[in-house]
Amino acid sequence: MQRYSLFSLARNALSGHRNWARAWRSPPLQPAYDVVIIGAGGHGLATAYYLAKEFGQKNIAVLERGWLGGGNIARNTVTIRSNYMRDESIPFYVKSVAMFEDLTRELNFNMMHSKRTMVDVVQTYSRMRELRRRQLTMDIYGSTYEPISTEELRRRIPALTGGGPDARLPILGGMVHTDAGVNRHDAVAWGYARGADALGVEIHQKTAVQSLIRGADGAIAGVQTNRGKVRAAKVVVAVSGHTTTVTETAGLKLPLRTMNLTAFVSEPVKPLVDVIVNCPDSGFYFSQSDKGEMVIGGAPDAGQSFRRDIKQTVFEDTVTAMLSLFPAFQKLKLMRQWGGHLDIAHDASPIMSKTDVAGLFITAGWWGGYKAIPAGGLTLAHLVARGEPHPLMAAFTLERFRHLDFVMESGTTTAR
Amino acid sequence: MLLIPCPFCGPRNESEFAHGGPVRARRPDPDAVSDAAWVEYLTVTPNPQGPVQEHWWHVRGCGTWLTLWRDTTSHDIVKGPDDA
Repeated sequence: MQRYSLFSLARNALSGHRNWARAWRSPPLQPAYDVVIIGAGGHGLATAYYLAKEFGQKNIAVLERGWLGGGNIARNTVTIRSNYMRDESIPFYVKSVAMFEDLTRELNFNMMHSKRTMVDVVQTYSRMRELRRRQLTMDIYGSTYEPISTEELRRRIPALTGGGPDARLPILGGMVHTDAGVNRHDAVAWGYARGADALGVEIHQKTAVQSLIRGADGAIAGVQTNRGKVRAAKVVVAVSGHTTTVTETAGLKLPLRTMNLTAFVSEPVKPLVDVIVNCPDSGFYFSQSDKGEMVIGGAPDAGQSFRRDIKQTVFEDTVTAMLSLFPAFQKLKLMRQWGGHLDIAHDASPIMSKTDVAGLFITAGWWGGYKAIPAGGLTLAHLVARGEPHPLMAAFTLERFRHLDFVMESGTTTAR
Repeated sequence: MLLIPCPFCGPRNESEFAHGGPVRARRPDPDAVSDAAWVEYLTVTPNPQGPVQEHWWHVRGCGTWLTLWRDTTSHDIVKGPDDA
């Protein structure tokens, strides 16, 4: 692997940037691998990387229907945080945030990580009580959360001029999560792909998995793709919203529903907001990117959806809510809009698990899975290599449904 | 925006309705089925890439519950298998 450094940049500048090595190879597709990972997104690539690096697996293929990093890793709002609710969730996300902060060094790829604090704007007393409770749980597990007054909130976010005493939902105070940050989503996909490739992982783009193949004993035997059959004793499904579409080809039913989540981006403006602003009672959140764009996210569409676009009603509701707190944003022009479909489990917590089909693993139910990419990849690699769940994710297997031992999570974007 | 056919009010805007989730399998007798089948009934909902039957509540209208078939890839309200 060609290392990136100031020296390599200077040397390549002298040769007109014509001699950079390709970040990853495009090898021919083999008929069999030890492990096949479906989906070259964040979780698929991170799992491949840690399988090769931490668990010594070499014969791995990542199969991607479209192009590398073109799914939900390109369709999120790059918010990295660990302010969750449940004892099972917080240590997992604390680990993930710590891994993200070290990822530039780990992968020799500039993640443009910007640790910039998340501020929750609280507008109802029930939310205030819930977040205070969350603060006490987070204190136990080494995450940071602290209350601030309305005056301090307005001092930190000068653009927050709405929500006064006469508003329908006056601002009551705020909560500050200093561990939160943002980074560059493409760099995460490309960095993991380059790192995995250097360790011998093969990445095959434009290779669509059409169905899972089971052997005579019922165990997984491989996958059928548009480029032919690929045999493997272990198959990992890391395809976000299409999880049930893929697993149903092996006759496996899962407690997942696919939803569409919306985001949009404004024109770039001068630095105005230096924290991630989350307004759970109004139903939107945003941060300002390094380029100056406001990156805005809202609520999911009502009902299941496999569409990757924005719904007019959801868009209007989100903008209306935003303008009630940030009336100056009325002058902002919006540049791009998109949606991503993701699946949510019955209890809103992720599923990283073996399945009833021997050799078939899933990583699904990621509602805000971007922040979980490093820890998700590491712990899933542990499960695939060792056959036993990693302690950080032992609560997130399919076993919890068998015993109705749910991890009801309310720290996700949407409180159900 | 969906235009949802309410049996009492006719076609009305989606914003008058609340989504009530997909129509699930009939509740089995818990004593008559295995634990696995009972857990599946409790947790697994249909998640097709295509038509799904779902409940909607005309909460900001006449208050009735209705079911319709909607395509999850196009969002169009479509004819269900049992529709006349």
